[in-house]
Amino acid sequence: MSWSTIFNHPLGLLGADSFPFLAMLSSDDSDIFINGLLGSFAAALVIISVMVVVALLTRYRAWRTLWFDWLTSTDHKKIGIMYVVLALVMLTRAIAEAVLMRAQGAVGLGGGFLSSDHFAQLFSTHGTIMIFFMAMPFLTGLINYVVPLQIGARDVAFPILNSISLWLTAAGAALVMISLVVGAFSTGGWFGYPPYTETLYNPGIGVDYWIWSLTLASLGSTLTGINIAVTIYKKRAPGMKLYYMPLFTWTALCTAIMMIFAMPPLTVVTLQLALDRYLDFHFFTNGLGGNQMNFLNMFWLFGHPEVYILILPAFGVYSEIFSTFSGKVLFGYKSLVWATISIAFLSFLVWLHHFFTMGQSGHINAVFGIASMLIGIPTGVKIYDWMWTMLRGRIRFSVPMIYSLAFIFLFVIGGITGIMLANPILDYQVHNTVFLVAHFHNMVVPGVLFGMLAGYTFWFPKAFGFRLDERWGRISAYCWIFGWMGAFFPLYILGLMGLPRRSVAYEQASYVPLEIVAFVGALLVAAALMALVIQLWVSIKYREKNRVFVGDPWNGRSLEWATSAPPPEYNFPVVPSINDRDAFTAAKEFGVGYQEPDAYVNIEIPQNSAMGPVFGGTSFLLAFGLVWQIWWLVILTGLITIGTLVMRGFQRDTLKIIPAEAVCRTHQHWIQAARLALPIKRSQEHTAANKGRAAIETVEVPT
Amino acid sequence: MPKSTTPVSVLHMHGLGLQQTGTLSVHYVALLLLSGCNSAEHLSFLNPQGPIATAQSEHFWLVVAILFILIALPVFIGTAWIAWHYRYGATKSKYVPRWEIFKPLEYFSWGIPIAIVLFLSVLVWEDTERFDPYHTLASSKPATHVQVIGYDWKWLFVYPEHGIASVGMLAFPAEQPLTMELTSATVMQSFFIPALGSQIYAMGGMVTQLNLQADRPGHFLGENTMYSGDGFHQQKFVAVAMTLTDFDAWVQQVRATGIPFDAAALNAIATQGTKAQLSTALAPAAPTFDGNVYFTGVKANFFTDLVISVMDEKPLPSTALAPAITKGQ
Repeated sequence: MSWSTIFNHPLGLLGADSFPFLAMLSSDDSDIFINGLLGSFAAALVIISVMVVVALLTRYRAWRTLWFDWLTSTDHKKIGIMYVVLALVMLTRAIAEAVLMRAQGAVGLGGGFLSSDHFAQLFSTHGTIMIFFMAMPFLTGLINYVVPLQIGARDVAFPILNSISLWLTAAGAALVMISLVVGAFSTGGWFGYPPYTETLYNPGIGVDYWIWSLTLASLGSTLTGINIAVTIYKKRAPGMKLYYMPLFTWTALCTAIMMIFAMPPLTVVTLQLALDRYLDFHFFTNGLGGNQMNFLNMFWLFGHPEVYILILPAFGVYSEIFSTFSGKVLFGYKSLVWATISIAFLSFLVWLHHFFTMGQSGHINAVFGIASMLIGIPTGVKIYDWMWTMLRGRIRFSVPMIYSLAFIFLFVIGGITGIMLANPILDYQVHNTVFLVAHFHNMVVPGVLFGMLAGYTFWFPKAFGFRLDERWGRISAYCWIFGWMGAFFPLYILGLMGLPRRSVAYEQASYVPLEIVAFVGALLVAAALMALVIQLWVSIKYREKNRVFVGDPWNGRSLEWATSAPPPEYNFPVVPSINDRDAFTAAKEFGVGYQEPDAYVNIEIPQNSAMGPVFGGTSFLLAFGLVWQIWWLVILTGLITIGTLVMRGFQRDTLKIIPAEAVCRTHQHWIQAARLALPIKRSQEHTAANKGRAAIETVEVPT
Repeated sequence: MPKSTTPVSVLHMHGLGLQQTGTLSVHYVALLLLSGCNSAEHLSFLNPQGPIATAQSEHFWLVVAILFILIALPVFIGTAWIAWHYRYGATKSKYVPRWEIFKPLEYFSWGIPIAIVLFLSVLVWEDTERFDPYHTLASSKPATHVQVIGYDWKWLFVYPEHGIASVGMLAFPAEQPLTMELTSATVMQSFFIPALGSQIYAMGGMVTQLNLQADRPGHFLGENTMYSGDGFHQQKFVAVAMTLTDFDAWVQQVRATGIPFDAAALNAIATQGTKAQLSTALAPAAPTFDGNVYFTGVKANFFTDLVISVMDEKPLPSTALAPAITKGQ
């Protein structure tokens, strides 16, 4: 790169041919035309969606609200909600891609309608999005929203950092989205193994889109990890020992620590690949001292802990739900805590099982195989303890509980296939086949996603003050469950029949029936997503009927239920004192659930800050500039980013004060509502009578 | 794809074993065409065709049985029973909202998974070593030695002892060990014949090993399972286990009809494309007898020279290839 390249090419590599739409129009090939049409349709959807959002915001004059109440907010609750919104938007795209891939599979005997290149982009974006821009934001959102409330804190330890993490993740997601409109995405899959992803084999900009979107996401997650860990260590309410923390907080802590240790290898390895591609280094090339095997080691040193980063918060959600919806204290709390810690620890010792077939000796494989199976022990303990939590309980089959029960059944199957894949002898056979695809979708859909959706349903009334529609929730849950089963059980069998993953087409007629079943399953999953959208629509429409302002619609057990729904900006007028696990249940049973404090004081909370959005904007443009090698843009946005950081250092007035009178007014309004509300029994949970005040039903029934 | 013809052809071939090679190859070609030699009849290790796949298949069912009977079934039944028995409406069922610990149940919860994992660990420790793909298989018969090179998007099989090579078909004698060395001339790939046994990566500038064996003659699906670009899904081949006499005949046939393995041929192989595209590119020079592409005059040092050239990012030395004009022996 010299000065002349910077000034002679103000748009870098960007040209008219960078737009798939234009490329499609100038091509005579019908195959390119069909795939271009699909791509252009998706690109048009992105552009139209953005335009509709902009139009609606303008029409309802919502720009100010959006900016001051949301985008610049440092409130952990709003940041949490924005994370979940991001996750749901990205989920929609990735599901659409999944359906398209399964449709191709159904007609893939010797051909199909998708080109190889298009199919490869689909599985690459699908995986990248689902991991980094759906699952990660979803769990980060839930943790962000719930953990400070559960530990009786007013906010996270570093509110501005929290906003920056969100915006870095959003910038990464935006980069994946813009790749639909400008250029093309990587075809190297979500783990992008070199040398396939080296310039020699992939000279285009696709891999660079993948590299920089992952870099942004991984930076955001590292910062999130630091933030959550410090918050849990330092901001717990007085009296809340580690052993008093709700299990969701425990899983959040373990996940946060894992993020801190697991994300840097990813950041480093993608940057190394970038050095190979941009500056002709030889970290992972075939020749000249490059070693592709190092990439696999580094990637999975991140990648394996990553799957437990995803699953642990879901385990936390299930723990809360089994306890709450069984009306019973969590069984084997300490076992569950230590199982969580063991999983977090062991997850760093098993990365090699992602490449048993790379040629290392049998005993090395056996060591990592056994280490991987060891994870089955604490996981098994968790399953049993959840069963014992339900034992002698009073179980309500509400939507979160439907997800949780389906999770137990399906996750056990996924665990079994996991033990099989952890076994090198069997992995030699099913590695890289769709059996593997079925296994990890078994873990991340019934495991992670069901947990996230259960958590979404569970905490939605807390965040927005009204319950989600139960009927549409059930429809969606059953569509998810049976859709998932339809889509992935056939893949287990196809894998055993030797079908490699990522095959756009195949020659074996015997694959066809199972591929068709899988496609029908995928359609059912799409219906589940649709039902989720309808549920949200219906719930907003009839929100007045389903208000739960008092804030405890499920007879909750931990502190987040001891506030109004939605909670005030500062969460608690007076930071509570804790002397029990299930603090709110204890308070309710002692009849002190809705108390007024002796005195109110002024509360200091962080002011809004434009740091987050500025970082989001500049890092997006920086990454875009790097992808298309628009060097002036890279330098400019880099300088702005650093400048913003420096300017922040000079800002002295960063807090705002909420006067004691305002706190008092808000609190008394809520206490008044709580006292007026009729405590309802669990049988009325889904009726309009549920105003968020729970009757005490914890009377023992001996047989 | 006609499946039933192969056993017939195998029987037929035994009868032809002692006849002259010329006659045999004619029969052979005819029979191969009849049986559709590029169709693989065995796809899966669950219908194992060799000792490794047999062991893997037995291991598979053992693990499945243990895990489903000891883990899945009790959890399924237990969960369903608990969920029903302790449902909210069942007011007669025992309800103990503060029941948070019961030591025997905790010992059970930890004990069962620990016991099962311990048992499986012993199994894994022994069998992983025993079925390490690098271990040569014990046999009284000599091993067939094949060098496998991954290209975009086909496999090149080199028979260094015979000076021949093939794209699209891996022929080898049944009932005796097959020893392979693997590398890649391009991106990372994974070489896999499910019905025979393990898969192993092929990587540029590096050599991996794989040892397999077929119990009896047959046609097995072979593939690359590691995504490698546009033609990835077509990077299939058929692994054909034959009787020793048939294999010798096949070698003769390849020697007689193969094209010289010179710079032009290698250039065509190294060009991105499927086996079918390679076949077309070489069509005037390569009259193939069964849809696959065969080469003669392959130097014994070709494989090593190729690995080194990839490792050093240097062109292949001219000594690695057959001279451009002479036809190989």
